[in-house]
Amino acid sequence: MASKFKKDDGKGDPAISTASLPDIVFMLLFFFMVTTVMREVDLKVNVVVPSATEIQKFKNKSLVTYIYIGSPTEKKLGTSSRIQLGDAYAEVKDVGAYIETRRGEHDEAEVPLLVTAFKVDRETKMGIVTEVKQELRKVSALKISYSTVEGLASN
Amino acid sequence: MAKRDAPEINAGSMADIAFLLLVFFLVTTTMDSDMGMMRKLPPTLPPDMPKPPPIKDRNVFVVLANSNDQLLVEGELMDISQLKEAAKEFIENPMNVETLPEKKPTEIPLFGTRQVSKQVISLQNDNGTSYELYIQVQNELAAAYNELRDQLARDEFGVSYQDLIDKKEKAKIKAIKRVFPQRISEAEPKDVGN
Repeated sequence: MASKFKKDDGKGDPAISTASLPDIVFMLLFFFMVTTVMREVDLKVNVVVPSATEIQKFKNKSLVTYIYIGSPTEKKLGTSSRIQLGDAYAEVKDVGAYIETRRGEHDEAEVPLLVTAFKVDRETKMGIVTEVKQELRKVSALKISYSTVEGLASN
Repeated sequence: MAKRDAPEINAGSMADIAFLLLVFFLVTTTMDSDMGMMRKLPPTLPPDMPKPPPIKDRNVFVVLANSNDQLLVEGELMDISQLKEAAKEFIENPMNVETLPEKKPTEIPLFGTRQVSKQVISLQNDNGTSYELYIQVQNELAAAYNELRDQLARDEFGVSYQDLIDKKEKAKIKAIKRVFPQRISEAEPKDVGN
């Protein structure tokens, strides 16, 4: 009965099946595909938004126009705050025209619902923000939102 | 002749392809925050508008922020952490103190006649005030209103104010907002010392 207690014949442990690996990876893949939001613009200014607690979520993201204000990412441009509209730096006086072009991309019925969101770095001085707000008032873009992250104020 | 099995397709590289895609989405993904504090700017007034009647001093809660990020509330230096309680006391005026806002009986649906205070919060900042402090002040003032509204919702309807918003009970929300209307007026900033 030698065969009954046969010793290992050199085959080793059976290989672990990796057939389910693609399934797991695909599951992760679909998760990220669904949750991903493609960055709408390349940021040319450093923006770390402040935190706040009394905040709401945007109802419709396609109605939001972003205005970025912060120090330029390129060191040679200095450290004073700059405004970014779309993909380029802009001056305060350009804000009105930019809002008008954004309005042109929407139906007339949607225009009163458009929101202008401020993504402003926490170190920024209020002077430039106020100037932009005055420009928005001139073109009657009165619905604004200060972008913040949720959390207790840090101080 | 024995029937030959169809050769099995090697699925080993499937994982590699999936990983490649996964890494791509991992890199491009930005968990973008789409949260913010909604505000409305005042419309531009026609130049021939008559001046609005002056508001009594006792009805105005003056918050000043200077370029050193210090707060002056009703003439006194105050830390940001105390602003919410001060604002709540001002808005509600529970003891009907002489120096806090007047109240006017108003007919409000669902509540009947109520004493509504004529409060206005005036916020003025300097051009050198940091955006962070500005947001904090806005946040504290909004929190003061929200806490008062929440208290009223619990007293009258037995649910939190947030619940009313979630359930879209417009009539109740409107009534609460009539009792505590959010009146924050922002003055043009001054440019003192940058």
